[in-house]
Parts: sequence; structure tokens; C-alpha cells
Amino acid sequence: MPESALLAGGLPAAMAGVELLVVVGYLLVALLVGLVAYRLTGAGAEDYYLASRSLGTLVLLFTTFATLLSAFTFFAGPNLAYRQGPEWILVMGTMDGILFAVLWYLIGYKQWLIGQRHGYMTLPEMLGDRFGSTRLRGLVAGVSLFWLFPYVMLQQMGAGEALVGLTDGAVPYWGGAALITVFMILYVGLAGMRGVAWTDTIQGLFMLSVIWIAVAWVLSAIGGPAVAAAGLETNNPTFLALGSSFYTPQYIISTAVVIAFAGLETNNPTFLALGSSFYTPQYIISTAVVIAFGVTMFPQINQRFFVANSAAVLKRSFTLWPVLVLLLFVPAFLLGTWAAGLGISVPEGANVLPVLLGEYTPAWFAALVIAGAMAAMMSSSDSMLLSGSSYFTRDLYRPFVEPSVTADREAWLARGGVVAFATATFLASLTRPGTLIQVGSTAFGGFAQLALPVMVALYWANTTRVGMVAGIAGSQLLYLSHVFLPATPVDIGGATISLFARTYGGWDVALAGMVLGAALTIGVSWLTTAGTDEAAERFAVGAD
Amino acid sequence: MNTSIRAVGWLVAFAVVVAGAVPWFLWGNSQLIGGLPLWLWWHIGWMIVATIVFAAFTRHGWDRYLGVADA
Repeated sequence: MPESALLAGGLPAAMAGVELLVVVGYLLVALLVGLVAYRLTGAGAEDYYLASRSLGTLVLLFTTFATLLSAFTFFAGPNLAYRQGPEWILVMGTMDGILFAVLWYLIGYKQWLIGQRHGYMTLPEMLGDRFGSTRLRGLVAGVSLFWLFPYVMLQQMGAGEALVGLTDGAVPYWGGAALITVFMILYVGLAGMRGVAWTDTIQGLFMLSVIWIAVAWVLSAIGGPAVAAAGLETNNPTFLALGSSFYTPQYIISTAVVIAFAGLETNNPTFLALGSSFYTPQYIISTAVVIAFGVTMFPQINQRFFVANSAAVLKRSFTLWPVLVLLLFVPAFLLGTWAAGLGISVPEGANVLPVLLGEYTPAWFAALVIAGAMAAMMSSSDSMLLSGSSYFTRDLYRPFVEPSVTADREAWLARGGVVAFATATFLASLTRPGTLIQVGSTAFGGFAQLALPVMVALYWANTTRVGMVAGIAGSQLLYLSHVFLPATPVDIGGATISLFARTYGGWDVALAGMVLGAALTIGVSWLTTAGTDEAAERFAVGAD
Repeated sequence: MNTSIRAVGWLVAFAVVVAGAVPWFLWGNSQLIGGLPLWLWWHIGWMIVATIVFAAFTRHGWDRYLGVADA
């Protein structure tokens, strides 16, 4: 299986047993944590979905952080740094470290305040109640599930492929995807938000440690021989003694870093220069803005705005956010950049990080990093399963099919929802449908379209139901047409413009959709009057 | 301090924090310091500045602007 060997970064097949043990051991730990959380889980839906709004700083911070991370951190991100340069660190810092933190306050804290007062568990529920509209609730839930479903599917596909690569084909693709799905159903189904949040915390800490150990390992592997070579040049072997005043750890590390970049300085001097034909200002701004706003509307992130046990938890998480982003993404993307400097060649279709680690670290450690990547995928998908199921049961099934469901029955429906959602995405991931993959890869832009209408509703009491529907439907239509219709060149005033292309002049069309959504929400609200069943005071959080 | 001046101050502070995360004035610069690009050092420093600004905001501004009384 050459394809699977590539995915594993060419790890020797003999190690496959150890690697599988690492992964299965990790899955069992997650399940165990889920079981412990299950013993503490009450019967109601609020406890199941929101852990009774009781999460503290460490758990909230890490569950949100781990949920944000996907295979991108370990695979696609370092690949981009390897091929295009390390500027993605800037995109990531601006997007997740700063813009998301600001939105964490503007959207998250406001939602938390409203949720505390009225007991909301999902965004569609909150909007539906405020605007007195089950249809708006259904629309927001429907739009969210439309973008979420294929995104969950992508994570299962990624996990399946990673396991194929890890075991050199001993575990087939469907088997890998099924294994991950079953484990997730077990601990999400059992323990709900508490189990997910606890496993996420472990996964987040695990990823953070693994990436820094990888940096230290690679640098000492490069720096050791380099310092040795420098020492030999002085014709004084005693200088090689570790820990002399000259060869301090700082010296070894900086020598290693210089060597890692030396290849780039001679072969590709513009690689490390800020900006390129790939990293244009338009690209950096579009990507950072669209993803930051999109992230806040992902059900699994948005639902976390309801779960903090106090305002102090939200404040501390907000403050620590930029540092946490820096701590994870700088090392991850630098590893990709160093691989370029060291002249590592990555086979077509393989990921740079496993290849680099395969070169400089033992195979079991490379396997541990792949387990870290699987942790990232699982911590995203378990949260998506739980939140997707809550949108489905609370905002679609209950209001439209069975309005008189009891709280106990709803908690069981929720678990049924997790099983149904996970099974459906798993079955879809087996056929790898092209259209769904396209939807999944454009999910951030799709969710970003929801953010501005929601912000208008949160802060402007004169927002009306008709305005919300117009803003959400209009922006979704604009964005969907650009995702699905083929680009068509048209002549406008002598200049040829490619209509329905994903970007205009380098700017992502999702930005235009966001502006349209805000304009429609404000404009139509201004032209219409609120119905008698709309309750603007529901979103007022003034001291009372 | 006047409340609206204070609000504008926070707005400006956040705008500066957002705008400065990418060192636009170093566009095209490829100078290395200690093996890492100068622009990366700027970014690392800037994220620490952002954390300090965020910490100050949680102490002095957080509840003021969402209608919740600053206890």
C-alpha cells in the first residue's frame, strides 16, 4: 500500500504494532474519562449538553481550544508553512488569538449573560425565542447542520486515513473511521458535555506538550552535530564537553535554528520575507476575518459560550487566548518551515510533519505526534457530534415533530441524536462524496455568514424577525452560489470579471456575504416593524 | 474619567491591537534575528502586548459596555 505508507510519512511497518497500541491506549483513556464523567452526569438535558453551566477556566479554555484545533494544526498547517513560508503564524495569531478573543467578548459574553437569564442551550433556541419564531429557529439550526455535517465527516475521513497510514494498511480505512466513531459515540453518548470537556482538556494538554517536545527533539538533533562540527574546527576536542561556558543550551539551539534556515537563505532568499504572491494582504485579512467570525457560529464553539460557571472564567480565558495560540502554532508552523530549510523532501500526498519527525526522532515519537493529530480530530468531532445532536433534537425535532417531550425523554433523545448523527456522517464518509467534501472545506465561510446578523440581533433592539430571515437567507444564497456555480467571465465596462469566483481581486467572497448579511438585517429591520410576539427585552442584560 | 472618552479609548486600543498583529510595515522584510524572521519576533511580542491589553480590559472595562453594572 504505497498510499498508506505515504500517509504515515514512511514509518517502518515494523513499528505498526507499537503505533496502534499508542492510539488504542489513547482511545481507552478517553473512554475512561467519559465513564468517570458519566458517574457525575445528571438526568436532564442541561447537564448533558452544558454540564449544568459549570465549567471552570482550565477546562473551558482547553475544551474550546482543543475543539478549535483540527488536523490543520498538525498536517495542513505545517504543510503550508513548508511550501509557502511561515506567514500562517500571523494569520493564526490575528484570527484565533486576537479577533476570536474580541468576538469571545462581544458574542460569547453577551450570549452567556442572556443564557444565564433565560436558560438557553443553543443559538437557534435563543434567536427563536427572542424573535418569537420557530421558523427562524429551524432556519438557523438547518443552516448550521448543513455546514456542520460534512465537516464532521471530513474529521472521520482524516482519522480513518491517519490510522491506515499509521498501521501501514493493517487497519482498513472503513475500520479506522468506524473505530474512532464507535469510541466517540461511547463517551459522548455516555457523558455529554462534561465527558467531552474533560477529554478535550487532556487532548489539548497532550497536543501542546507533544509539539514542544518535537521542537526540542528536532533542534537538538540538528544542533548536536553542528556544534560538534564547530568544535572540531577549533582543533580542541575538549571544547566538546557539554555545558561549557561557550556551548550553552542557548548556543546549541540558536545554531540549530540558524542551520535549519541556512538552506533557505541561499536557495530561496524570499521564503522568509514577509508576504509573497500566496500570502497577499488580501489573503491574510480575508482568511483571518472569515475564519474568526465563522468559528463563533460553529455549533460546538457557540454552545461553549453558555457553559462557563462564572464571568471570571470567561475573562480569564479571554486574556489567556493570545498566549495559548502563540504557544501551539508558532512551534507547529516553524517545524514545517525548518523542514523546508533542511531540504526535507516530502512525497506527493504526504504530510511534512511525520516526514520531518521520521528523519530526526524515533518512530514511536512520530507515532505519538500522529496520535496527537488524531486527538485534535477527535476533540473537534466529539464536540461537533454533541452540539449537532442538540441542534437537531432541540431545534428541529422537538419544535417541529414532538413539541410535548419531557425533560427525561429529551436527554435520551439527545443520546439517540448523537448515535444517529455519528452514524450518518460515518456512512457518508465511506463513500467520500465530492460535493460534501466541498461543503466541508468551505464550512468556515458558511458559518461566517451567520455571525453579523446574530451580532446585530444581540446589540440592536430594533432588529426584526423579517430582518433576521432576510440577512441570513440573503448571505447564505450569495455564498452558496459562489461555492457551487462555476466561475463565469463577464464583461463589465471593458474589464473582464470572473463572476461566481471564490475571490474578487484577491478578497474572499465570504467577506462580501458577511457585509450583505449585515446590510440586509439592518435595512430590512429598519423597514419593517416587529411583531407582537417578538421580545427584544430578552436580549437586554442591564442590571436589574 | 469621562465615560465616553474611556469607551473611545478602549475602541482605539482594540483597533490598534487588531491592526498591529500583522507587522505591515515590515512587508517584504526578510531580516533574521536569532535565526527567526524579525516579523515573527514582532508578532510574538505583539501577542504578549495583546494579552496585557486584554487583561487590563477585563479589570477596567469588561462589564461596563454590555449594560451590566460594574460592581
